[in-house]
Amino acid sequence: MSTYNFDYLDELEAEAIHILREVAGQFEKPALLFSGGKDSITLVRLAEKAFRPGKFPFPLVHIDTGHNFEETITYRDQMVERIGEKLIIGSVQESIDQGKVVEQTGKNASRNALQTVTLLDTIAKYQFDACIGGARRDEEKARAKERIFSVRDEFGQWDPKRQRPELWNIYNGKIHKGENIRVFPISNWTELDVWNYIRREKIDLPSIYFSHERDCITRNGQLMAASPFLNMDDEDVVERKQVRFRTVGDMSCTAAVESDATLIDDIISEISASKISERGARLDDKVSEAAMEDRKKGGYF
Amino acid sequence: MNILKFFTAGSVDDGKSTLIGRLLYDTDSILADQLEALQSSNRKNDDGTIDLAILTDGLRAEREQGITIDVAYKYFQTEKRKFIIADTPGHIQYTRNMVTGASTANLAIILIDARNGVVEQTIRHSYIVSLLGIKHVVVCINKMDMVDYSETIYSSIIEKYKILAQQLKLADITYIPVSALKGDNVAQTSENMDWYEGESLLHFLEKVDTDSLDKSQLARMPVQWVVRPQTEELHDYRGYAGRVLSGTFNLNDKVTVLPSGASSTVEKIEFFDQALDAAHAGQSVIIHLKDDVDISRGDSIVNASALPQESKLIEADLCWMDTRALDTSIMYNIQHNSKITKCKISEILHKVDINTLEKHAAEEFKLNDIGRVIVKTADALAFDLYDDNRANGSAILVDPRTNLTVGALMFRAAVE
Ligand SMILES: Nc1nc2c(ncn2[C@@H]2O[C@H](COP(=O)(O)OP(=O)(O)OP(=O)(O)O)[C@@H](O)[C@H]2O)c(=O)[nH]1
Ligand SMILES: [Mg+2]
Repeated sequence: MSTYNFDYLDELEAEAIHILREVAGQFEKPALLFSGGKDSITLVRLAEKAFRPGKFPFPLVHIDTGHNFEETITYRDQMVERIGEKLIIGSVQESIDQGKVVEQTGKNASRNALQTVTLLDTIAKYQFDACIGGARRDEEKARAKERIFSVRDEFGQWDPKRQRPELWNIYNGKIHKGENIRVFPISNWTELDVWNYIRREKIDLPSIYFSHERDCITRNGQLMAASPFLNMDDEDVVERKQVRFRTVGDMSCTAAVESDATLIDDIISEISASKISERGARLDDKVSEAAMEDRKKGGYF
Repeated sequence: MNILKFFTAGSVDDGKSTLIGRLLYDTDSILADQLEALQSSNRKNDDGTIDLAILTDGLRAEREQGITIDVAYKYFQTEKRKFIIADTPGHIQYTRNMVTGASTANLAIILIDARNGVVEQTIRHSYIVSLLGIKHVVVCINKMDMVDYSETIYSSIIEKYKILAQQLKLADITYIPVSALKGDNVAQTSENMDWYEGESLLHFLEKVDTDSLDKSQLARMPVQWVVRPQTEELHDYRGYAGRVLSGTFNLNDKVTVLPSGASSTVEKIEFFDQALDAAHAGQSVIIHLKDDVDISRGDSIVNASALPQESKLIEADLCWMDTRALDTSIMYNIQHNSKITKCKISEILHKVDINTLEKHAAEEFKLNDIGRVIVKTADALAFDLYDDNRANGSAILVDPRTNLTVGALMFRAAVE
């Protein structure tokens, strides 16, 4: 017998590929939600491993808050070009223009919460029955509770008290009309696993994940990128800092960390030594102890 | 480095969530901002120290009630190993969530409150562990701090448990006296229990060997998806995508495709941009066959010289997981790997009384009932027995009225 070395990254990868293929096999109109962050970039690589040389059996869907880091959008467009797959964009600006949501005001205004409406509208418009996402269970305590195939009702709601049993590696994708399933192939990966995988696979990332100079202000103890999307006033002091981002989301709610890590190896050692969780850099989770659970119940990813 | 997947079981309040919190805390796996959130939480222990259980009790309802309702998955690693933990609920009402957490694990930690000893839920959970064929069991006698770290109490509980283990044919059991709250024998051996000569829980978990989980070396791969690019340059490309459940496929191996029975030979094995000589259990690959056979999702490619069983009538253990009772007059969907077909439960052979572990005849099968049934399927299934091959010997039942997963099946025999 040939020797073979199946380490933990191989195991996580094989599990994720299995899940992606189950989505392909069980649903009529799946979609892969692509945020431009490292987790969804990892999903794209996993989808390539699951379906190449064939095409993806789903389009990529980007819910665009309009408050993006420019680097993310450039990256997204280049990536779509390279892989030759379809991209659908759901625009939060459009939802605002249509009066479906109202822009928040005040100092901590962010479009993060508005995304949910655009997401649900996009799901309804294209009648997606399964949406693949890059959420991981290690990110947050409500996420730690979610199934890999997670049923959402017509209103996008997650009901944590009525989750279906999920046994062995058998995923039940049966739903009623109007419902859909959120699928999380990298549920069992940690932040460090994702970075180790990106290093192993030599996956390109948007430059904002690496150390760079940027104008920042300090808000609620966290470093935020100064941008037209942030409501600033006289009290805000703009400082030039050497920073990088650990997660990539709406510019108005994603905090930077001071860092000199310019290479992926630096990032991995930085995270290994870090005492702060990745979502610690998200203002949206700081609101209350159950912030994430509440948003998920409302249809958030 | 490999991964150990384990879960905690035991009755309500035996300290499962606290134990996991303690493992995470003592291995420095809790980050500063999470710790800060813990400290500011209003759920505290009586002496004002932080309640480690809220690390895994992530839902609002759980924190309010101080119990675990659904499985939480936690991750940590030491220099020796990576761990995936499922913290499962002890409350009988949520047994299905416990089974969810247990089904993917290769080791079970069963907690027993030193003050109460073996109780009904200990028996129920131990029984589920034996049904699910989880080979490694650690029994932690917890809350030793509340019984003055008494060796006598510890010994009398393990004597009782040994009788149960024998009845359940649980083979590989390790006993450890712990205090999840204070940390005794969790990450480090305790000075409060000189009489205990074994190692700490963490130390044990770091080195326990869980390889060769399944005895079966027989090659099996259910086809999940057929890759057909249909482009000009790949006009005739036809690859069968799936995850190898067990055994190994080598190039030129003779294989059989089920249910058609067609035979062929492995021509090529691909993994993304690599061509492989072999595909092993656990790997997700694409297999090409020499002959042009008709294969679609739900079919299996298997070793031609060691076929699985094929039957439309299967004897199986069933855990019922729905509030609506089993209805032997209706059709359910059965999902066995990538295959879905209709089925009926044609007969209830017996139900197991969890207190006495006795089998008795039954008409009804309700939430959390466990017993033996005969499943009659519309299409024949190609399966192995659960004890030989977990992945190819298990299936779920889905109620077509609600789409809920209502039962877990473990195949025990084909009915002639
Ligand atoms: N004194 C003492 N108390 C403990 C110990 N372990 C747990 N407890 C307490 O027992 C109570 C229940 O602990 P949990 O960890 O929530 O119990 P559980 O087994 O997870 O309960 P469920 O998940 O609801 O089944 C809490 O108040 C803990 O602080 C221990 O070793 N010693
Ligand atoms: Mg608990």
